[in-house]
Amino acid sequence: MSYKILNTRAPRVDAVDKVTGKAQYTDDLSRPGTLRCAILHSPIAHGRILNIDTSRAEKLPGVKAVVTGKDAGDIRYGVSPARYDETILCTDKVRYVGDEVAAVAAVDLDTALEAVSLIAVDYDELPPVLDGSKAMDEEQPQIHEKYKRNICAEVHWKFGEVDSVEKLADHVRTDTLTSKMQDAAFLEPQSILAEFDNTGRLTMYSSTQAPHYIQRTLAMALKIPVEKVRVIKPAVGGGFGPKASCSTAELVTSLLAMKTGRPVKMTFDREQVFLHSRARHQFWHTMTTGVKKDGTLLFLKHRCVLDGGAYASFGIATVYYAGSMLGGPYRLKHMNYDGYRVVTNKPACGAQRGHGAVIARACFETQLDMIAEEIGMDPVELRLKNVMEAGETTCNELYMSSLGMRECIEAVRDKSKWTQSWRKKDEIKKILGSLPSSPSPPSTGGGDKKARGIGVACGFFVSGAGYPIYRSQTYHATVVTRVSETGGFAIVESGAADIGQGSDTVLAMITAEVLGIPLSDVKVISGDSDLSVDLGAYSSRTTLMAGHACKEAAEDCREQILGAVANRLGVDRDDLYIEDALVKSRKGRLDFSPIREQFTLEHRGFTDIPDEEALTFREAARIAFMEKGSIVGTGKYKPPKLGGSFKGATVGTSPAFGCSAQIAEVEVDLETGEVTVLRVTGAHDCGFAINRTQVEGQMQGSISMGMGEALMEEVIYDSCGNIVNSNLAEYKIPTALDMPSLHSIIVETHEPHGPFGAKEVGEGAIMPTIPAILNAIRQATGVKITELPASPERIVMELEKLKQP
Amino acid sequence: MKRVVKLRVNGLEYEVALEPRRTLAETLRYDLGLTGTKIGCRIGDCGACTVLLDGVPSFSCLVLAVEAEGREILTIEGVADGGRLHPVQQSFVEVGAIQCGFCTPGMVLTALALLKDNPDPTDAQIRRAISGNLCRCTGYQKIIEAIKDAARRMREKQGVL
Repeated sequence: MSYKILNTRAPRVDAVDKVTGKAQYTDDLSRPGTLRCAILHSPIAHGRILNIDTSRAEKLPGVKAVVTGKDAGDIRYGVSPARYDETILCTDKVRYVGDEVAAVAAVDLDTALEAVSLIAVDYDELPPVLDGSKAMDEEQPQIHEKYKRNICAEVHWKFGEVDSVEKLADHVRTDTLTSKMQDAAFLEPQSILAEFDNTGRLTMYSSTQAPHYIQRTLAMALKIPVEKVRVIKPAVGGGFGPKASCSTAELVTSLLAMKTGRPVKMTFDREQVFLHSRARHQFWHTMTTGVKKDGTLLFLKHRCVLDGGAYASFGIATVYYAGSMLGGPYRLKHMNYDGYRVVTNKPACGAQRGHGAVIARACFETQLDMIAEEIGMDPVELRLKNVMEAGETTCNELYMSSLGMRECIEAVRDKSKWTQSWRKKDEIKKILGSLPSSPSPPSTGGGDKKARGIGVACGFFVSGAGYPIYRSQTYHATVVTRVSETGGFAIVESGAADIGQGSDTVLAMITAEVLGIPLSDVKVISGDSDLSVDLGAYSSRTTLMAGHACKEAAEDCREQILGAVANRLGVDRDDLYIEDALVKSRKGRLDFSPIREQFTLEHRGFTDIPDEEALTFREAARIAFMEKGSIVGTGKYKPPKLGGSFKGATVGTSPAFGCSAQIAEVEVDLETGEVTVLRVTGAHDCGFAINRTQVEGQMQGSISMGMGEALMEEVIYDSCGNIVNSNLAEYKIPTALDMPSLHSIIVETHEPHGPFGAKEVGEGAIMPTIPAILNAIRQATGVKITELPASPERIVMELEKLKQP
Repeated sequence: MKRVVKLRVNGLEYEVALEPRRTLAETLRYDLGLTGTKIGCRIGDCGACTVLLDGVPSFSCLVLAVEAEGREILTIEGVADGGRLHPVQQSFVEVGAIQCGFCTPGMVLTALALLKDNPDPTDAQIRRAISGNLCRCTGYQKIIEAIKDAARRMREKQGVL
């Protein structure tokens, strides 16, 4: 199948607006009479609220409203209904430094901030739980009444017969990997503008990933009818997960707007982005894997503890994902998983790119390399030996309708220096023997003893969660497409959220392809809960789900238009098709003079009368409008019933799965411990690339985030639960100087459940990055990293350990 | 106590009354309505608010508006020539250097200044030049490709002239 628009490198539809500064993000918007909101955050990690005195704040000139938990009410909300554990503002307790205690609306931000400083709160301070690995211990204080031993969720899965096959393994290894809480570090801090109109309807502009979920949460928590809430997502400066959950800012600005009758705006400062968090959990993984002599995977026993911070947020899904996403992409019939998601007195964690699965993948893929080393097998060969193929189902009942895992591995092997650079065990041992005797101080600017290594890893991820977050039979995506009455233009209306990943462009390209018109003749209006139902930008769902709905809506328009043309000309609809914005017949030349005549009459006074030798799309669409009224096409998508029947079987299900392989080449300074990533070769199976540039963009962005997590990213807390690096200087993300040159290979396996064969790329592509880098570090130095990030300090310590006899 | 300052932005003269502690970034965005300049951190870590002050990339969140008086300020709104994109902008669009777009205005301005000094930069020189502008979406790969592409376009154009 050849396409005119799909599979090209068409520029993003919003690129010109973004490159000229015209694109409007939430903080760029202003409404007359807007008040500014400021939030009072808890200064302590854990305590009871004894009293809140807002009287001085209320008296400050310019203050229009002050709200506390009393005004906001004791309504619990959250992400998973079974774990609603948040209130709009704290009512009884504060549970982390930053927890939201009160909020102010004032004429400007300075006044609002001053008012916040005048609010006096008496706390009965409680001992905090700050170490997630100990949160379950009996003697630890309990943070929430309903989470005994601070366990917010636990999972116990047994697939296959681990116990009986264990003794059949020729080689068994146990490894651990610990990570740190991460921040998504999107460039645009969350921003909200809430306004009620004179009918009592709330319009909220929010830098959200999921207008639909925000709409629901606002209606539920504020007790207003859901029809009276409209959530609009302007341009969003990145989300990566955390912006999928409702924030206190969304709730309190609404509450304050309701109270004052004026628009209320709030934009987080960078510290508040860290405090609100909802980013990557901290994980402690322990995995025991058994293989046969020939490398055949036999079983995996996996235990994981996740530190989720103060509230559940998306964490229930996280603890399931941490287990379910190891079911593939290798044949693994026997897998046990015990997962515990605990709460601590730190900012709440949630979903972040590769939700729940990234550190699990890193632990497993680094363990695979250790196994390969020990049984004397090339890690690429070990992986190729075990990869699943399309048509297979994992032990936890995930069906791989397409899977180009093998193609991805072969592609990165062939396009990198794998064959020349990979070292066998005895060669790694030689490096150990040649390590410098003692490290020189880093102030020398690094020594000249450097070692290079190469590492491979794989991974896969869902292409859209199989089920909504709340229980419902809802469509996951609907789209309404309208062709203008003058015929020249198609307008796509969708609730889908373009947060920078480019979904508007994907929807425009699909529409243009189906209608056979240029991309410039399609306008996408999106991210508005009034336009359609779309669950939002998370779980890499938009291209597949909104893409399906968009395709169907455009096809609906096309059928109506071609039907009208066939009717008017007395020809068979099936003979007609649209190409290059012209309606053509498979049966030779079409006599369309009646339509041309009518269009010319209709179009009197305009200068752009068609003179093409064939019937134009404009004329055809105009004729269809004359016959039927507005040409409106609708499309919808809902996945079929997916997954098994065991508890938690829904998490991890998806209509399709994307997969990725990467090979990283690193250089390690053996004296300073600094790791430089020299090159990453990545291959991703996205089914079919709707837009090749955007697919590469997702692959490259994933590698950058994974590299940051592998080498430098870590939210650091002091002993009182304060974040000590809540800024982008001390919380380090990769700069242009840190990033290597990236080589991206697109693999296309034509997913049967995807629109035009397309499936995800935004998250599967982050899976291999951390383990590929860690495996390369092992190859370079003999160091096996068990705690992330692999900072220079940690590498030096590990090198020192290796030198001990 | 507000002070009246005269700012020259994108070739136009503006007279603004503002508190002396107001930053240039805030003034551009909230007083002049030039919201193309983005604020990502307010403390000079992210580079999203980069503007050119007398041709030099500067974090406008670290510059007081009163300090910018008498200087030539270029923001993203002043880069295109009417409806015609600057070659750097054109390359960003075509190469795919833009995702969320929040770092884009600052990146473009930094690239503009680089290419003025160095019409044929190496990858390493580009990386160094944009190292103060964080991007979380692209891994910088396509931004670097776009800047190289723009450099080529600009050299070709100069060759013609």
